[in-house]
Amino acid sequence: MENQELTLSRQFEKVNAILEKHDRNESHLISILQEIQADYRYLPEEILTYVATALGVSPAYVYGVATFYAQFSLKPKGKHMIRVCDGTACHVKGSINVLKTVKEQLGLKENEETTPDLLFTVETVACIGACALAPAMMIDEEVYGMLNEEKTREIIEGLIEENKGGMVHAIQD
Amino acid sequence: MPFKTKEELENHIQELKREPVTAQILVCGGLGCLAKGADAVYKRFQELIEKNQLSATVKKTADNHQPSLKETGCMGLCEAGPLVRIEPKGILYLRVKPEDVDRIVEETLKNNQVVDDLVYQEETNQEIRKWPLMKDVPFYRKQMKIVLRNCGSIDPEELDDYLVHDGYLALAKVVTTMSPDDVIGEILKSGLRGRGGGGFPTGRKWQFARLSKADRKFIVCNGDEGDPGAFMDRSVMEGDPHTVIEGMAIAGYAFGAQEGYIYVRAEYPLAVKRLKKAIADAREAGLIGKNLFGTSFSFDLIIKEGAGAFVCGEETALLASIEGKRGMPNPRPPFPANKGLWGYPTVINNVETLANVPIIILKGADWFRSFGTVTSPGTKTFALSGKIRNTGLAEVPMGISLRELIFDVGGGVQDNGKFKAVQIGGPSGGCLTEQHLDLTVDYDSLCSAGAIMGSGGLVTMDENTCIVELARYFLHFTQNESCGKCVPCREGTKHMLNILQKIVEARAKGEDLDLLIETAEVVRDASLCGLGKTAPNPVLTTLRYFKDEYLDHVYNHVCVAHVCNAMKEYRIDPEKCRACGKCARVCPVKCISGRPKVPYIIDQEACIKCGSCFEACPFDAVLVEWRSKNHES
Repeated sequence: MENQELTLSRQFEKVNAILEKHDRNESHLISILQEIQADYRYLPEEILTYVATALGVSPAYVYGVATFYAQFSLKPKGKHMIRVCDGTACHVKGSINVLKTVKEQLGLKENEETTPDLLFTVETVACIGACALAPAMMIDEEVYGMLNEEKTREIIEGLIEENKGGMVHAIQD
Repeated sequence: MPFKTKEELENHIQELKREPVTAQILVCGGLGCLAKGADAVYKRFQELIEKNQLSATVKKTADNHQPSLKETGCMGLCEAGPLVRIEPKGILYLRVKPEDVDRIVEETLKNNQVVDDLVYQEETNQEIRKWPLMKDVPFYRKQMKIVLRNCGSIDPEELDDYLVHDGYLALAKVVTTMSPDDVIGEILKSGLRGRGGGGFPTGRKWQFARLSKADRKFIVCNGDEGDPGAFMDRSVMEGDPHTVIEGMAIAGYAFGAQEGYIYVRAEYPLAVKRLKKAIADAREAGLIGKNLFGTSFSFDLIIKEGAGAFVCGEETALLASIEGKRGMPNPRPPFPANKGLWGYPTVINNVETLANVPIIILKGADWFRSFGTVTSPGTKTFALSGKIRNTGLAEVPMGISLRELIFDVGGGVQDNGKFKAVQIGGPSGGCLTEQHLDLTVDYDSLCSAGAIMGSGGLVTMDENTCIVELARYFLHFTQNESCGKCVPCREGTKHMLNILQKIVEARAKGEDLDLLIETAEVVRDASLCGLGKTAPNPVLTTLRYFKDEYLDHVYNHVCVAHVCNAMKEYRIDPEKCRACGKCARVCPVKCISGRPKVPYIIDQEACIKCGSCFEACPFDAVLVEWRSKNHES
């Protein structure tokens, strides 16, 4: 419990710095949330309330913005983001199979996005603008293209291999 | 630097141009090429240059100057990346691997020879023709580059590289020699129309904003390219960021805005990085900032990252998002040109539109009008993707036919497949067929065929694409992206999606098709913003041009493209079946029956086509059959 409180206060310290940077300006709300999410990988509820108070707007307003945009997540996300592109070009060239393979490899069920060890989150995105490489996916900032089942499997296996040691490893990073 | 007058800038550019032209090695740093290993190619060139092997030999031919090596923006032919271009000759090498670099250095740079196996090969009736020069490659032959004029030629992170292509001269010209009305007049005369999709005359938009009286005005660049299958804005922002900045400053001068925002998709981190650098460099050089070129005009701009919402491509929604709110559209009027950001007059222009502006100012409206058609002058960039041979980015004069664009520039259907349809204009566009191939590409003729220019996504489809499934895919997208503010869009797209889902799952009845059309028309006519108004386009155009496929799905449960799972049947081959019962045990709906020594049978009525039996059978006795039109069931 004590530990948790400690983490929370540390979190607010960072949030305060972000809020100050934006002069507690309400019109910078999206940028503020983006920076918070970059730090915590998601938007914890208590932080949303805190931000609302700090900006002098209602928590519903902040919650409304946080749930409107695809980029924001109110649930913890994995350390590595796997974004499978489902743009038209990728869709026509079989992105659904890529997604299926990725989820199979990570042992995720159809409606699950994040692995229980919080290492990986899988999402589909509307388009990453790499249509020439269709079907494509992005792992963190790196783009992988011209995927098929076999290539996808290899990439994910490699990724799992790199991250052996699980969260212990992740926390140390 | 910083440049205090127009003359200082002109002198600097003259100075840059005076430097002798030496060999230039341009390595494409577009996303496609980077993902295929352009970085390693670039590094290898760097190593060889550093080893000094290169300068010694180039010295003889290129007047004591070392060749320069640059990583540029997208060169367009993404399919064949990584691309390397050797200037001033204009040789284009395709699919270059790091190990090829040694040969390029040895043969091309030292001995002036072309590396034969790296150039473009065209196969025509038993003959293979090689095209070493970029301008001869079929993909580039019919192209005309105005928007992409610098993209792929300059290092986007070097201001001087932009300046040497007459960068910021247009801005210097307008602020020192033209009145705002002159600028608007020139743009009006050029006939430039908004390249974001709508095609509204850019000059008129600026004029409206100029006539609005206010003490603050804004220019906003819409770089929130959300269309799946479109990446032209990304390429311009990544490959030639200064053009966008210069275009915005000129627009600002024309209607009186001293502040600008560039709204960029957060999914485009490289574009954000390059724009940030470009803004900082331009500011340092006095090309934006206070009192430009010694005049009273000041201009500066800020980047805002989007957070992932397709609806923010809609003007009023985009403004709400910049203000930090949910990106929901508002009814117009008032138009943003009268009442936009925080209530001040605001003009929103697309990236591509703004990239046209500087060159129109420099070369004149008449020059611009000499390309394209009377009602749609100039060029348009298209992102070619899908089942097309030359995937990539192409800029062609308006008025080119779809056939030329797909078959000459795009190289035709991949793997010699048969052309079925082309989706133009993204999720709000329409599907056109073979009968439209001779249609010219301009705002009006596309509109008359039920499609739109949109932002210029062009997805080619072959016979392995199911048109009904594609319509479902687009509806799934728009339904997901609907902001939910107005009922016709929020509820209507949901109902449409449900019906389409029923059709592809073989659960639909005849009356569902009527209901689909009726709902589509209501959504189109009654929605608040462009998202809802155009969301039915893919459904209405496919129903118009591919009605048979819909009827096949509904009445015969046939999917000719063999895509919709529900249209296939699993059968057990009695010859192969050993009656082991594995299939029956894994079947989730218990529709497989049998007893020892008798072949098992699948009850077709109850089967959900999950394929579990197919995967479980150790004897390959479960067969997959696609229903055909003459199917007896």
